[in-house]
Amino acid sequence: MVPESPKPLLDVRDLGVAFDSEGGAVHAVNGVSYTLKEGETLGIVGESGSGKSVHVLAMLGLIPRPPGRITGGQVLFAGRDLLRLPERDLRKVRGGQIGFVFQDPMSSLNPGMTVAAQIIEPLRIHLGLDGRAARARARDLLDLVRIPNAGARLDQYPHEFSGGQRQRVMIAIGLSCRPKLLIADEATTALDVTVQAEIIGLVQELKREIGMAIIWITHDLGVVAGIADTVQVMYAGRILERGPVDDLFRDPRSAYTLGLLRSLPDLSRGRAGRRRLHQIEGAPPDMRHPPPGDPFAARNAYATSRCLTEAPPLAQAPGAAPGHLVAAWYDLPARLAAEEAAR
Amino acid sequence: MTKAAIAPPGIALPAAEPALRAEPSPIREFWTRLKARRTAMVGLVIVVALILMAIFADGIAPYDPIATDWGAIRSPPSWAHPFGTDEVGHDVLSRIVFGARASLGAGLTSVALAVALGLPFGLLAGYAGGMVDLAIMRLTDALLAIPFLILAIALAAFLGPSLTNAMVAIGLSATSTFVRLTRAQVQAVAAEEFVEAARAVGNPPWRIAIRHIVPNIVPAILVQATLTIAAAIIAEASLSFLGLGQQPPEPSWGSMLNVAKNFLEQAPWMAIWPGASIFLAVLAFNLLGDGLRDALDPRQRT
Repeated sequence: MVPESPKPLLDVRDLGVAFDSEGGAVHAVNGVSYTLKEGETLGIVGESGSGKSVHVLAMLGLIPRPPGRITGGQVLFAGRDLLRLPERDLRKVRGGQIGFVFQDPMSSLNPGMTVAAQIIEPLRIHLGLDGRAARARARDLLDLVRIPNAGARLDQYPHEFSGGQRQRVMIAIGLSCRPKLLIADEATTALDVTVQAEIIGLVQELKREIGMAIIWITHDLGVVAGIADTVQVMYAGRILERGPVDDLFRDPRSAYTLGLLRSLPDLSRGRAGRRRLHQIEGAPPDMRHPPPGDPFAARNAYATSRCLTEAPPLAQAPGAAPGHLVAAWYDLPARLAAEEAAR
Repeated sequence: MTKAAIAPPGIALPAAEPALRAEPSPIREFWTRLKARRTAMVGLVIVVALILMAIFADGIAPYDPIATDWGAIRSPPSWAHPFGTDEVGHDVLSRIVFGARASLGAGLTSVALAVALGLPFGLLAGYAGGMVDLAIMRLTDALLAIPFLILAIALAAFLGPSLTNAMVAIGLSATSTFVRLTRAQVQAVAAEEFVEAARAVGNPPWRIAIRHIVPNIVPAILVQATLTIAAAIIAEASLSFLGLGQQPPEPSWGSMLNVAKNFLEQAPWMAIWPGASIFLAVLAFNLLGDGLRDALDPRQRT
């Protein structure tokens, strides 16, 4: 049913975002470019301040301006540049064509409104539904996200729902207008591990049913492995590596990705796997004065002198699967092999 | 099927149980908490009683409050005049009953005016920010620099002595407090994630302000309004005492005190009853306000 279109659903080109502060502008996002196909699930990982959340919020005009501002770039969504869309039109995209799920289900629902009223809100704004039709649709949506006894729960308030159920409600709101893209910003971070697993399972089922594209922002590599087709690693407002999920985890090409993967505890080996967890030395750069070269160079044992002076472009990693891109001047597999040989 | 196996029962299954009982709406929950506070209920009962007294003054008062009885000048409390009479033979009880109209009317009307002006300006300042915020807040700061009662007296004197003008003067003087409170509350609520979520579903700014922010600041405004009513009652009494409020012969607790001050030794009942009435009304609104504050305190929610 989806026509074979050469154009991607989302085409981010050289997006830059800065926040003005008293100590100077903080360059939160620096020249981020990527594309997302229809129905694709993109996992974006990175630590706090890597720009992973800010850049998606900026795309939809959801960062406070001032102090935030877009320093450049284009965000083409279904052929239109969101950054140049008037606020009125952008509002139709938000919640209509792009659904959002936020991090903390405890605080992202209005405590004073019933769940029904909150689900109906986007239905009214984008689909013009009202009254009984909207209510019926809200009920269907609660059913869709597997909340039992949906009809009886519509008129309840958020505090009567558990954390996992609230996140299901948020997902129902995000999907209410059948968006082409669902953006989940740390959507499982605030939840218990078992509930996380349920929510991820639910999103995967819904994706099979509805077929929307997903951008899943998280700092949890395990979650990404479970949900994404493509992974994108961000650091200091840049994409350091991007590729198909299996390929990227098996064959990381950025020292930062490698560091993240090594920081994970190895549970499969039980007690034998117990060791002091790997730690990436140093701290992210001060984004008021971003380093001229590779932003990770200062913390990178494999960095070359070129890394310090010149920012590497994001390009196909030699010898890796097609579409596996890396921004690095150094050749990580070669360096690792040399290290292994020396030992 | 694996879901039920993975999840602890507390997470996967609670849906059926809470759905069966009646949903406690936030208002009902608030009422339950307020009822648990005895002092607040005492305040509420007195407030309701005073309001009923003011509304049904015609039926309650034994005499016409402005009818003079030259046969009973400054007569002490008796069966005919339970609260005594004043220097021109007005029945003090009747004047207390009718005086509630002036006091409560002034308290409620002036605070209603203060909220009606303060809420929109505070909302505008807190939500729009920038130059609008700066302009509104500097004006508010200037007004706040003048003590409440002094400002009310100055405005009342400027507008001319009458009860209506006194209400307007008190209302305008109390407005700046509500602007500040509203602005602070709006800024706090606007930073909540659910407001961002509301933007993310495509709500226009005005709808976010009305539907998502205002309902969440009502509790704070309500508490402040109740406490301000108490202050406004005192202000009305003060203005009437100074001759800037209710004009004789119409009764008001403040103007009754004004007259009574000349006869404190000969006819203390002329001062005691209006004084006690002001005290009781102010106490009641303060008790109610404190109770509301506790009952609406989000930190005590479970």
